[in-house]
Amino acid sequence: MALYWVFVLAVAMLLYVLLDGFDLGIGILFGLAGEEPRRRAMLHAVSPIWDGNETWLVVVGVVLWGAFPVVYATLLSAFYLPLLVMLAGLILRGVAFEFRYKTRRLRWIWDAGFAGGSLLAAFIQGMTVGALVQGLPVVNGRYVGGEFSWFSSFAVLCGAGLCLGYTLLGACWLVQKCEGETRDFAYRLIPRLSVGSMVFLIAVFIFALCTDLPVMGRWLDRPWLFVFPTIGVMAAIALAASVRRRNDGTPFTMVAVIFVAAFGTLAISFWPYMIPFAITIDQAAAAHSSLAFMFWGEGLFIFPLMLLYTVVNLRVFRGKITANSPDY
Amino acid sequence: MALTALLLSRLQFAFTISFHIIFPSFSIGAAAWLTVLEALYLATGRPAYRLVFEFWLKIFGLVFGLGVVSGIVMAFQFGTNWSELSRTTGSIQGVLLSYETFTAFALEASFFGILVFGRPRVVPWFYLFSTAMVALGTSLSSFWIMVNNSWMQVPVGYVVKGGIFIPSDWAAIIFSPVVWVRFPHMLIASYLTGAFCVAATGAWYLLRREFAVEGRIMLRMGLYLAAILVPAQLFFGHLTGDYVHHDQPAKFAAIEGRWHDERPASEVVIGIPDSVSETNHYAIRIPVLGSLIGSLSFHSKEVGLTDFPPQDRPPVIIPFFAFRIMVGCGLVMLMLAWAGSYLSFKERLERNRLLLRLIFLSFPLPFIAILTGWFTAEVGRQPWTVYGLLRTADAVTPFLTARTALVSLVVFCAVYSFIFAFGIYYIYQLLRAGPIDRLVLPPAAAVPNRPMSVIDTKPRHLAAGE
Repeated sequence: MALYWVFVLAVAMLLYVLLDGFDLGIGILFGLAGEEPRRRAMLHAVSPIWDGNETWLVVVGVVLWGAFPVVYATLLSAFYLPLLVMLAGLILRGVAFEFRYKTRRLRWIWDAGFAGGSLLAAFIQGMTVGALVQGLPVVNGRYVGGEFSWFSSFAVLCGAGLCLGYTLLGACWLVQKCEGETRDFAYRLIPRLSVGSMVFLIAVFIFALCTDLPVMGRWLDRPWLFVFPTIGVMAAIALAASVRRRNDGTPFTMVAVIFVAAFGTLAISFWPYMIPFAITIDQAAAAHSSLAFMFWGEGLFIFPLMLLYTVVNLRVFRGKITANSPDY
Repeated sequence: MALTALLLSRLQFAFTISFHIIFPSFSIGAAAWLTVLEALYLATGRPAYRLVFEFWLKIFGLVFGLGVVSGIVMAFQFGTNWSELSRTTGSIQGVLLSYETFTAFALEASFFGILVFGRPRVVPWFYLFSTAMVALGTSLSSFWIMVNNSWMQVPVGYVVKGGIFIPSDWAAIIFSPVVWVRFPHMLIASYLTGAFCVAATGAWYLLRREFAVEGRIMLRMGLYLAAILVPAQLFFGHLTGDYVHHDQPAKFAAIEGRWHDERPASEVVIGIPDSVSETNHYAIRIPVLGSLIGSLSFHSKEVGLTDFPPQDRPPVIIPFFAFRIMVGCGLVMLMLAWAGSYLSFKERLERNRLLLRLIFLSFPLPFIAILTGWFTAEVGRQPWTVYGLLRTADAVTPFLTARTALVSLVVFCAVYSFIFAFGIYYIYQLLRAGPIDRLVLPPAAAVPNRPMSVIDTKPRHLAAGE
């Protein structure tokens, strides 16, 4: 049962990272977009689906709480201030979708909130992952650190890296959804963002080697784990080829594969820990009666339905958006 | 009172959840109303229904967005500020709220995109279906919230092992009689909120002598619905009082402002409770009515607050006044709904400008009633988070400092006030402008693709009053 919920949690996290990833990435790019027509096109590319995308974050939160209460309680209370910043960012970017079209004079406020909120949310998400990889002070299942124990240069590096990664994902989504000038804008950015992301990944690797993070030991013990990074590298090569050939549909898929590979790398590095090297899946799992109740209802029936809604939503709004798409 | 992390966390929870509840309580009702309008439009083809639909859809979009962003905060706040609660009750509360997310959020979030942006891309029946799914999602969400909160009010179906609450009987938790009294109470409250907002808007247009066709539809549908729902609401309110009387005697005594046991008990209509002297100042009492309300009897003994040790008593002032404000709002809504419906039925409402003005001004009432109702329920549950089992003081994150909690409270207050001020202003602008859009659907060429290959093929141009 616990394993099934680990699986759901992993799928939900991955979907969140991919879906809200391009969403937040476009928010960050929005700050660099310049003139209004391009901004409109960028917003159109995500407006109908951002809410569904962000729901996966809530799914991650409640699956953690219901199936692994200790992890939920420990992580959220440990990351109190960063989460506050992330939530403020998500609020500001969320209301911008509706609010910016209600005003002309004050539009800059909501535009700044959209770009800034997206950037903050992306940065915090990367930073928390970095802090987790480095290890939180947890003793006997309780967080024992202070308000800023999560802070480290490695965590900040990861925050910046995820911003780059999300922006890359966002640029690829724009290539897939937009035409003309906006698409060219995105195409111009992809090479730089890809190189930036690569530099980041290499930096993380070197950092891990130098500081002898506990993760590295597990990697050297089990060389077959390198299959995930290998998939990532192959996807990166395919990405470069597709960008060169201006093959609009492919870059997003390739970056998504890179993200999946990175996610798989992380997940396998820590298995079976949920909070690295402090709390394992078995220690964190809720009572069997809870996991079973979740499984026979939402796990078996509703979860596939949710995946179906997501697919329906993406299908209804698939294809290129055009200049005369209706405004809201 | 010192500003401890506990007090600040309570203030923050109260602030963020009060802010949040305003939006869903409107959007639950509004989503159902949109579904009815769309169904009426499909059935009759009358363009006025479509105009009213498009108009309320814009407002619904804004309100729904505010509800979503303020709701995400709620999903995190249990863990950030109430980590002991999350740790000990996660096997029950976390599971219930995960059912909310799975059954409700995913549904409404996905179909909301189609509702707002998708009309040109899907066939009419699928559009109606999407509208209905959003409505279903919002109602399901309130259902799970009420199951969860009712478990905190009257915990059932659990065992405690090593300080952790473990569910032993899910049927008892979900089919708890408390749920089936409080869920209808909340659902009807949301429908009433929608009904009064719609009726008030209609009354406003009639007062301004604009959008008469649309205004009349709003006014009538809102008032008729309210005329039926307010009495039902009073009935479920009474049943809610019964469960409090039975399961939470201290809360009941606080609401009643009853300090000492009485037989037969009098009812304090109004007064100023004083917890130091354990009496009410300037109290107006009606003899025997207290027993009648509490136990439907003329000579029952009713419990007073002094039966409970001071550390187990809830604060009295807030439940006492909040409850009276809620009931007062309910009675005013009843009078407005009945008088308005009667005159509307007799075709005399539009000449009665006084009543129109009162109906116009009534839109805050359901919101006030919902907020004060929740204040009564939640403050009255104190000092417990899980009634009788887990004290609020033991539920808070143990290592949270007052400084950190203060920072987050200030940030939430600032961000929420900012977006609330603009949100209300933009909603006001939309309401003021009214249903002005001429219905010109985008020609098929503007629709870039045809998913499901079932889209509306013929562009239709509709004008108001057609």
